[in-house]
Amino acid sequence: MAQRPAARLSVNGQSHEYHGDPRRSLLDVLRLDLGLTGTKKGCDHGQCGACTVIVNGRRINSCLTLAVMHDEDEITTIEGIGTPDALSTLQAAFVAHDGFQCGYCTPGQICSATAMIEEIRQGWPSAVTADPADKPAVAEAEIRERMSGNLCRCGAYDNILAAIRDAMAQTEAAR
Amino acid sequence: MKAFEYDRAGDLAQAVGSPAMLIAGGTNLLDLMKLEVATPDALLDITRVGLNEITSEGAGLRIGALVSNSDCAAHPRIRADWPLLSRAILAGASPQLRNKATMGGNLCQRTRCGYFMDGRSPCNKREPGTGCAAQGGVNRNHAILGASDACIATYPGDMAVALSALRATVETEGPDGIREIAMRDFHRLPGDDPSRDNVLKPGEVITAIRLPAPIGGRHLYRKVRDRASYAFALVSVAASIRMDGDRIDAAQLAFGSIAHKPWTDERVEKLLVGERPTPALFGKAADLLLEDARGQGHNDFKITLVRRALAAVLAEATGE
Repeated sequence: MAQRPAARLSVNGQSHEYHGDPRRSLLDVLRLDLGLTGTKKGCDHGQCGACTVIVNGRRINSCLTLAVMHDEDEITTIEGIGTPDALSTLQAAFVAHDGFQCGYCTPGQICSATAMIEEIRQGWPSAVTADPADKPAVAEAEIRERMSGNLCRCGAYDNILAAIRDAMAQTEAAR
Repeated sequence: MKAFEYDRAGDLAQAVGSPAMLIAGGTNLLDLMKLEVATPDALLDITRVGLNEITSEGAGLRIGALVSNSDCAAHPRIRADWPLLSRAILAGASPQLRNKATMGGNLCQRTRCGYFMDGRSPCNKREPGTGCAAQGGVNRNHAILGASDACIATYPGDMAVALSALRATVETEGPDGIREIAMRDFHRLPGDDPSRDNVLKPGEVITAIRLPAPIGGRHLYRKVRDRASYAFALVSVAASIRMDGDRIDAAQLAFGSIAHKPWTDERVEKLLVGERPTPALFGKAADLLLEDARGQGHNDFKITLVRRALAAVLAEATGE
C-alpha cells in the first residue's frame, strides 16, 4: 500500500502529527484524538454549525473536512479562544446576555461569531447588504444573516444577537 | 464511509488525467461520501496546486478554480462590476461552507433530490437503469423544464446561475489539452444519461472561470426559498439588465432550481431588448420562457413562482 501523506496540524498553537485513517473528519480528530471536546458534533453534515472552528482565520464546519487535508494549517477551537479564567470578550458577553440554554451549540456560535466580527471589519458583503460594493453596516439584519449557519435548537437567538452586538461594541471601543 | 486511498497533488499536472476523484473544499463530496452515495476508491487532494488567484484579463476577469466562494464574493472588482455574482454566491449555503467551497467545486455540486441522496431509492442518476422514484414521489423541488423520463432532478446551486446569465466560460485542462466551455453549455440536461451532470470528460480538471467584460446595468439575484437564509432555492432568477433611456438595452437572464442545469433562453433575452418595460412585456417573456414547462404534481407551483419572480426582478431592474 502506498504511503499515506501525514498531516501536521497546529491546534491552538500546539503541533500534532496525524497519520491515521484518511476518512476521519477534523471534528473527530479534535474530539477523539486530541481530547478537545469543546467542539460539538450536531448533524455531522454541515447543516447546524455546532462543529465550527477557525482554520487560518476562516470559520469552517469541521465535520465536512478531512483531518488529513489540514497539513500546516492553524486551527483554533473554542479551547483556544478563551478559558474559564480568561474568557474572550465574546464569551463573557454570552454569559452576560444568557446567550444559550443547553449550551450545545455555544462553542460553534462563539467560534463562528469570532470570525464573523473579523469578516465585517474587513468589509465582506452579505446577502442582505443592499449593494455588495458598499461596506456593510453593523446592523441586526447583517448579523442574523451572517450567523445563519449556526442553529440553536433552544431558540436563544435574541440573546445570542445581544451578546454579539455587545462584544462588537466593546471591541470597537477598545480599538 | 467506504475506505479510500488519499493522496495530495503537488501540482496541476498530477491531477490532470488522474483516475482519482478530486477533492478541494469537499463540502458536498464528503457529505455524499458519509451517505455512501459517493464511494470513490481514491481521493486526490488538489488544494495545494495553486489556481487560487483572481486576475484581470483585459476588461474581463479570470477566477482560479480554487478561489473560495467567500473570496470571490468579497473581491472588490466582482462587487463593483459583476455584483450579480457576489449576490448569487452570498445567497447560497452558509459563511462556513462558502469559506471552504471553491469555484470549481461549486460547479460540480450534485443534485439535492432526496431520492438521489437517500442511497436506496431507484435513481437513474445514482444507479443508472434503476428508475426514478421522484416521478410519482415527493417532487416539490424538482424540474419544470428540460426533464426526461429518466430524471427530473434539478441543479441546486446559485453561483452557476449567475455565471450563466453573465455568459462566463469554464476553462479546463484534460489529457487532450486545454479547452474553454461556455457556462451555458457546461451542465447537461438529463436525457437518457442523468448520471452525468456536466460535460467534463474523465481526467479533465476545471482550472478557471472567465468573466467577459462587464456590460453594466442593474444586477439582481432573486432567490425564493422556504426560509430567509441558508436554504436551497425553490426558484431563483439571475438578471443583468441595462437600460437606454426608457428602453431595455441589454438583458442577461438565467433561472435556478427549475431544471437539471441553470436554465437560459436566448429568445427571452431577445424579446426584452429594445422594448419599453411593462407588466405586459414581462408576462410575454414569462409565457415564452415557460411554454414547455410541465409540473410533476408537488412542484406545479414553481411555474407560477417563476413567472412572478421574473416579473418582480424585471420591474426592479428597469425601474418599472
